[in-house]
Amino acid sequence: MTTKAKTPRSRLDPEPVARRDWLGLSSLWAMGGALLFGFIGMMRLPKAAVLASPSKKFRVAIPENLPAGEAFIPPGRSVAIFKDNEGVYAVSTICTHLGCVVRPKPEGFECPCHGSRFAANGEVTKGPAPRPLPWLKVSLNGGMVTVDEGTNVPPGTRVA
Amino acid sequence: MTPVLPKPPDALQEFLENLKAVPRRLRETAFRTGPPTTDRTRSTFVFGNVFLHLHSVRTHRWSLRWSTTMGLGIMSVSAFLIALVTGVMLMFYYKPYPEAAYESIKDIHFVVPTGRLIRNLHRWSANIMVIAVILHMARAFYTAAYRRPREYNWLMGIGLLVVTLGLSFTGYLLPWDQLAYWAITIGANIAQSPREVTDALGITEYFDPGGLQRLLLLGSDQVGAEALTRFYLLHVMLLPLVLAALMGVHFWRIRKDGGMVRPADADAQLARVRHQETYPVFTEAPAKTYHLAALVRGRSSNVGRGPENTVPSMPHLFYAELGVLMFTLLVCMLLSLVSDAPLKELANPNVPENPAKAPWYFLGLQELVSFSAFMGGIGVPAIVLVGLGLIPYLDRETEGTGRWFGGAGGWPLVRFSLIFGLCAPILIETVAIRFGWLREWFPDIPQLLVTAINPATLLTAAYALFSIWSIRRYQSVRAGALALFTCFLCGFLVLTIIGTYFRGPNWVFYWSPAEWPKH
Repeated sequence: MTTKAKTPRSRLDPEPVARRDWLGLSSLWAMGGALLFGFIGMMRLPKAAVLASPSKKFRVAIPENLPAGEAFIPPGRSVAIFKDNEGVYAVSTICTHLGCVVRPKPEGFECPCHGSRFAANGEVTKGPAPRPLPWLKVSLNGGMVTVDEGTNVPPGTRVA
Repeated sequence: MTPVLPKPPDALQEFLENLKAVPRRLRETAFRTGPPTTDRTRSTFVFGNVFLHLHSVRTHRWSLRWSTTMGLGIMSVSAFLIALVTGVMLMFYYKPYPEAAYESIKDIHFVVPTGRLIRNLHRWSANIMVIAVILHMARAFYTAAYRRPREYNWLMGIGLLVVTLGLSFTGYLLPWDQLAYWAITIGANIAQSPREVTDALGITEYFDPGGLQRLLLLGSDQVGAEALTRFYLLHVMLLPLVLAALMGVHFWRIRKDGGMVRPADADAQLARVRHQETYPVFTEAPAKTYHLAALVRGRSSNVGRGPENTVPSMPHLFYAELGVLMFTLLVCMLLSLVSDAPLKELANPNVPENPAKAPWYFLGLQELVSFSAFMGGIGVPAIVLVGLGLIPYLDRETEGTGRWFGGAGGWPLVRFSLIFGLCAPILIETVAIRFGWLREWFPDIPQLLVTAINPATLLTAAYALFSIWSIRRYQSVRAGALALFTCFLCGFLVLTIIGTYFRGPNWVFYWSPAEWPKH
């Protein structure tokens, strides 16, 4: 490489970065950058945009003579539906700790996996669960109850 | 007079002769340096073969001693190879789709010829691999094999440990039985557990790494067909590829870092043993001397010292390796004959197993998770991995390298660490089991406090403080490293035993499974 440097430089005092080296380096970095960005773009693929899960809303008829404070669990659903004289409400039975299905007990709920206990209103009373069991949105439709597992409501919300 | 022209060769004749020579030429082109019958041809055979040349041509006698490695590294590889072969066999019948997966495993177990044996072998070799990898790590640690120039290989080893556990865990889902389904539900929710912190801070809406991790793992918001496809992909393709790549680097580095670690006076120690003087160092003069390309970094290259106390890798090292492979195969085979891989009833998303237990090597983590999902499942394991990875960069002493426990002073120190390492988790667990934990004492306590102060974090803190105290007490960073690693092993052991044998339905403590409530 021949360059006409204004001040003569020796091997021990070279140009900081020779021009041709700069071009070479920048094209290398450009290639690296292009591959990296291409890869990052491709990594969008595993993040599903549409979730292949069944509808979160379901309609069910609850038994006429369901005693107050006793849970009705629709078959195949992780929801406990209650009815008392103030109205109907639904509590999710998916443990907020690690997703096991909690079982209703007279005094509340208990989780078989790591021993979390919840009060009847979903509050954590014991164990590792970090949050209370969420209350789910309920609407009445004649004799049927529609529960939306995807929408939480403040605890205590009852529908009459 | 016309000159006599040489008779043109008969092409047909030449063709026939070449044809006859094909088997010989095939052999010669495959093994270019001739049959490996002498030390010289064996050497050229080893470095001319792409698979064998991961070994150096000559092996130091110290490396071949039983007590140097106990064959644990080769045992890990052997178990992996057995799992690889049996795994490919299982893929002939396995269908990665819910219910079909369960049925196909049932077919493999009850109908397919040798299916049950192959499945048992796959399961047992996976278990043996986890055990061998952990013991191999302990061996490397207690002989201080992580020190310069092997620091980076220690990190590769930690990577291999993580991938090994990942392979075992992803394989656990594939049968799609109750055991699998609930273990994966728990695993996926551990991936989501950073929400425990982001929820408490109220920032989950904007910053949700936990949710992203779970979504990437399951491909959906529940454990279903998408999750099974992903776990299958990870189990049969992605993780084995990563494992193979890491293994290649790991083995290559062993060679480049100068072979097995050995104490500075290894040669002197070997000289005291009589029978080893009888084997000739060289049976013939070397045809090739070291040239510049053969120089490697480290203190173990033989340049300028002659090849004393080394023997040809072929056959000495190879016989030892084959021996370990056969032993591993024997153990897997015996276990497979006496104990079948479990298969529970078909996965039921509405009724969890009670107790729902992960594979045994994760039960220690599950024990920690039963206090805080985030700390037990992500926080503490991350701290442990970083701590283990830092060891070679913090302990830069040189004394005692290659010696078990670093020589005479090491064992009492390890013994003391063992006592502390075993007592600390037993004590903390006793308090938590007997008296409960913060939430029972103060029902309104903020979640962040429970996440920060629980048996998992207390145990980690106790171990860290003990290690720092050891550094001060013995005025040696190595002492701190010994304390830390010994504590890590003890904690793993105690928590795994509690999780395996003393936890029953609802994760309640029972002295024995006989006391579990009947239903």
